Amino acid sequence: MASKLPRPVIPTLVALFILGGWEWFVRSGRVSEVLFPAPSHVLQWFWDSLLSGELLAATWVTMRRLIIGFAIGAALGVPLGALCARVRWVRDTLGVLALGLQTLPSVCWVPLALLWFGIREEAVLFVVVMGTLWAVVLAVQESVLNVPPLYLRAAQTMGSNGWHLWSRVIFPAALPGVLSGMKQGWAFAWRSLMAAEIFVVIVTGFGLGSLLNAGRELLRMDQVMGVMAVVMIVGLLADLIFFSPIESWLRRSRGLER
Amino acid sequence: MGNRSETSPATAALTLRNVTKRFDGASGQVTALEDITLDVREGEFLAIVGPSGCGKSTLLSLLAGLEHTNEGAIKLGDQPVEAPGRDRLVMFQQDALFPWLNVLENVLFGLRLKPDLTEAERLESARYYLNLVGLGNKEKARPHELSGGMRQRVALARSLAPNPRVLLMDEPFSALDALTREQLYGDLQEIFTKRKKTIVLVTHNIREAVCLGDRVVLFSPNPGRVQQVFDVNLPRPRRMNDPALANLASEVTAALSARLAQ
Ligand SMILES: Nc1ncnc2c1ncn2[C@@H]1O[C@H](COP(=O)(O)OP(=O)(O)OP(=O)(O)O)[C@@H](O)[C@H]1O
Ligand SMILES: [Mg+2]
Repeated sequence: MASKLPRPVIPTLVALFILGGWEWFVRSGRVSEVLFPAPSHVLQWFWDSLLSGELLAATWVTMRRLIIGFAIGAALGVPLGALCARVRWVRDTLGVLALGLQTLPSVCWVPLALLWFGIREEAVLFVVVMGTLWAVVLAVQESVLNVPPLYLRAAQTMGSNGWHLWSRVIFPAALPGVLSGMKQGWAFAWRSLMAAEIFVVIVTGFGLGSLLNAGRELLRMDQVMGVMAVVMIVGLLADLIFFSPIESWLRRSRGLER
Repeated sequence: MGNRSETSPATAALTLRNVTKRFDGASGQVTALEDITLDVREGEFLAIVGPSGCGKSTLLSLLAGLEHTNEGAIKLGDQPVEAPGRDRLVMFQQDALFPWLNVLENVLFGLRLKPDLTEAERLESARYYLNLVGLGNKEKARPHELSGGMRQRVALARSLAPNPRVLLMDEPFSALDALTREQLYGDLQEIFTKRKKTIVLVTHNIREAVCLGDRVVLFSPNPGRVQQVFDVNLPRPRRMNDPALANLASEVTAALSARLAQ
């Protein structure tokens, strides 16, 4: 009979069971409500901060930083990645540098950003850009290098070269790889932004990370957990409504669907 | 069968002089072609046959300007061939259709690179060639939705549509059923006669070579060399079941197997 149930039923039941257990555990007085709030407390915080506008304001500040930083990182990363693929010595220098810097957790950029830009919006943006850039550079480089030579040869004998070849053949062929690089860049940007917001209280805007940190300072664990949930949901939504549909459309239209 | 592979430069579209091409492969150096001297005349249909690995595809790549010779020279008219160009279109052995474009857009790709046409003329021409290969109803399909034979027909339409001066074809009919193939032989001969093209066709099918070619060049392998050149003086359009054609085909086959038996 279980196979007849719609697919989301079981996960929902499991989630409800866990949340219910958690609620009961906290209410039974076995742990301090201050350190370990129940789901209902978190929900209460969520509702209150939604009504007061605090949550939306912080989400907006964070999203704006994320989108601007990601856009800068991607806009720089695509041409740089293409250059790495095209020019050998750029690949041997910038490409290798990108490989190294990509392994550097972006929170490591925070001290440098603060020294260079001061406690300003630019410092946060810089960290986000550093988080995005290298993943995008590497993805673009890889996917351009992996464009089947046959496509290039076919296009060339039809008279395509230079910019036409890049825009009509190389980029379209590399697009699936570039897109997954962007997706990875977005994930890195999101992580680095949270780190920057927690470490740096920027006077120009109070984002989700700042809200999280404020919750710690005020010993408001309901706020801490609530913000964590929001951060998670925002990340999921970006994937669900932006990256996944584009990616699956791209794969389907080229017959790459598994 | 005279070995008249050299002609005066005035009537030759493509000239190869002592062309040698080597590859550095994983298993050492391979001489794909050695000392090839061959002319393709203006308006000639040249068919190339030979066993697998004798350098037929390599020869087309050289003529297309996609690869460079190690020794010797290739000229188109009196210009040295150095890079690919719109005047020498290649239809590759594997269909090289672009998966991000649909069938019609694939055929339009080469046409859009011709600045002297209007968009309406391009569309008309693309549709004409798609109908010719029997795929007029598949315009909107993506390449992955087609069968291998259909894809090859789209590739054929794509290489015919821009009406290049020289058409280089690498086994264009290998994935087709006999009926479609026979029909396309007719169409290709018609296009060839009407449009006064120069065509170099590589094939494994000796009958096909004799049916389509003005001359048939037989290559021998290891290293790739011109073994023999056969003139085909049969009137066009030729039919595959013509007995004269069958006679000539068995002559070529005999020469090929004599060499392989050595
Ligand atoms: N890019 C390459 N690198 C190394 N070796 C190559 C390369 N291209 C071709 N060769 C070698 O050159 C020789 C000729 O290859 P080619 O593809 O021209 O043969 P072909 O006559 O077209 O064969 P087939 O009829 O099987 O298509 C082969 O030995 C092949 O291994
Ligand atoms: Mg070949």
